[in-house]
Amino acid sequence: MEPLRKTEKDIHPMDDLLRMDRIPHIWCPGCGIGTAVTAFAAGLAKAEIDLTKTCIVSGIGCTGRVAGYVKLDSFHTTHGRAIAFATGIQVANPDLKVIVFSGDGDLISIGGNHFIHAARRNINMLVICVNNFIYAMTGGQVAPTTPLATYATTSPFGCVEPPFNIPYLADSSGAVYVARWTALHVRRLTNSIAEALKKPGFSVIEVISPCAMYYSRINRLGDGLDMMKFYHDNTEIRHGEDTKNLDIGFQTKIIVGKFVDRERPTYMDSYNKWLSGTKKD
Amino acid sequence: MKANPRDVNTGTYYMDGDVAAGHGALAAGCRFIGGYPITPSTEAAETFARIAPKAGAVFIQMEDELGSIASVMGASWSGVKTMTITSGPGYSLMMEIIGLGAMIEAPFVILNIQRGGPSTGVPTKTGQADMMQSRWGSHGDYEIIAISPDSPQELFDYTIKAFNLSEKYRCPVMIMSDECVGHMSEKVVIPPAEEIEIEPRRFYNGPKEKYLPFKPDQDLVPKMVKAGDGYNLYITGLVHDERGYPITNQKEKGKRQQFPTRRLVDKIRLNADKIIELNEEGMDDAEVVVVSYGISYRVAIRGIEKAREKGIKVGNLRLITVWPFPDKKITELASKVKAFVVPEINYGQIVFEVERCSHGQANVVLIPHGGAGVHNPDDIAEAIEYAVKEKKKIRKVIEWKTRLEKFVFEGGYKLNK
Ligand SMILES: Cc1ncc(C[n+]2csc(CCOP(=O)(O)OP(=O)(O)O)c2C)c(N)n1
Ligand code: SF4
Ligand SMILES: [Mg+2]
Repeated sequence: MEPLRKTEKDIHPMDDLLRMDRIPHIWCPGCGIGTAVTAFAAGLAKAEIDLTKTCIVSGIGCTGRVAGYVKLDSFHTTHGRAIAFATGIQVANPDLKVIVFSGDGDLISIGGNHFIHAARRNINMLVICVNNFIYAMTGGQVAPTTPLATYATTSPFGCVEPPFNIPYLADSSGAVYVARWTALHVRRLTNSIAEALKKPGFSVIEVISPCAMYYSRINRLGDGLDMMKFYHDNTEIRHGEDTKNLDIGFQTKIIVGKFVDRERPTYMDSYNKWLSGTKKD
Repeated sequence: MKANPRDVNTGTYYMDGDVAAGHGALAAGCRFIGGYPITPSTEAAETFARIAPKAGAVFIQMEDELGSIASVMGASWSGVKTMTITSGPGYSLMMEIIGLGAMIEAPFVILNIQRGGPSTGVPTKTGQADMMQSRWGSHGDYEIIAISPDSPQELFDYTIKAFNLSEKYRCPVMIMSDECVGHMSEKVVIPPAEEIEIEPRRFYNGPKEKYLPFKPDQDLVPKMVKAGDGYNLYITGLVHDERGYPITNQKEKGKRQQFPTRRLVDKIRLNADKIIELNEEGMDDAEVVVVSYGISYRVAIRGIEKAREKGIKVGNLRLITVWPFPDKKITELASKVKAFVVPEINYGQIVFEVERCSHGQANVVLIPHGGAGVHNPDDIAEAIEYAVKEKKKIRKVIEWKTRLEKFVFEGGYKLNK
């Protein structure tokens, strides 16, 4: 079949920010990752930052594929190591703003150590963590974010481990900006991304997102749309909420908002300060 | 290109090998080291951390070796020369992601000051048992370069060479030293900057829209750009085409999946003659050749002297480059000599490469050592003496019973029938 010819009208406003030559993407219908990417592209446009000095790094997973669809310098690394890889990019060239876009398993389980240490150091990077409560790419296994009693393919009788509260983890590790939204909150998520992109230091935005293929199916929660409806009825915006209170249970209320926004010297600030001291002698 | 005088602490020093490697890295133009402390390599990291700031370089102590090596690859694509420093347990952790380094063709160096293993083993004493891990440690097919210095001076010189090789061939380069060399103090001469040859990064300078990140040059190595230059790079550990895009088209997959990994392997294999550096002596009339590397080479020199005092014609082949392995050289020698004698501080690694390349033409004798010390030169001399007398072709690697083994294990373990 002849491909349809593109007219002015068909050019999507995000064509400049996405690698249209890689479309169709791999994500399932009803998946929330695409929404997060849309918000990201909109946030990038809104922030009006120098895109040539902006890099995106992903780990491995469904969310790990994001870097490959975004038209920036993009790096698709290995499972768990995105933040460490990004640390090298940023410290070797402090002019670069780095975004790490990856999944909950990638960032919080196998990459958990890099997550807390990059936060502690206050490396200048924005971490966008798509939390679908599950290891999606490998087929719906239990994750360190899976709520108690939730089913997953490797927790066939319900998850017995308490999950991490990602904003609390980020906050207590030293992140300067912490927010959580769901795939439903596109406009607020976009604004958060634009805000965090301009914020020097380690920022974390958690995006609660439906995995229609595994999480919803295994737990009989319907399709992507049903999940969006659930978010609509069960999220509450509470800016500035103490991150201790942000636990998520199975199908319980989800508190969203911007929880942390503070100033702290970045790693490079401190390094340069120390350096100017050594240069004197 | 010559080294930058700001990076070179010219002078004559008495320093240990680790410290010399730290100076070598800076002289080579290294701008970023991500590392995690581990004996016996810490002095190299400490040295770099101390001297780096004045040259505008950074040392960052990462949270673990997984992070160290990943940060180094990120820094490499940021456009700087970069290295990490480690030993056994940390080296094992790094294996996870070395394949990514090969795949995305990031130039970087790993300094491994080997210690006794396995596991925590003997943290403060020497070993040479990570040689095969260097070659095969990460999953999948790939090639790396590994070199083995034998003195503090060489830890300075060959650290620079390691950087040069990694820039030239865009692959991980391992400096496979060991505790003995790392902690040995000797005279080290750091020459003036203008005497130090530096391989610059192979930056692309053609028209922007024509750039293909994985399109190779004549020598199979592609040109590089760096993050932040406006190329919208797409760098992935997935099998990718010349644009860097994953090969997803099912029809093309079968055909083209072959292509990228083949080049990663061939860019080293086909350039092996240019990469490999050997040191040979006394080969003309040799009946036996001792093949060794690193600290074992220095010990072998004495063993060879002792054998020569008895009139034995013995050649000395030192592998400065261990990977890629000098297949051709060993095969060529195998047709001329009676036997190879291979002392190494492990229970048999490089010796099997020697056996592979000798294709049954010469006997191969291993002088093993469990680590935490070096060989006794008398063992080497006696093994040479045995090898020159042995007339039969023995179809397996012959293990020499060293004094140490006889003393400790009373001649070795036997299974009760
Ligand atoms: C070292 C390593 N271990 C395991 C895997 C297999 N693996 C691929 S993706 C993934 C989990 C991804 O989960 P998450 O980060 O939550 O991303 P999602 O797919 O849910 O977006 C795993 C375990 C791997 N690629 N590498
Ligand atoms: S498996 Fe789940 S997370 Fe992955 S693309 Fe499909 S819906 Fe999205
Ligand atoms: Mg997930």
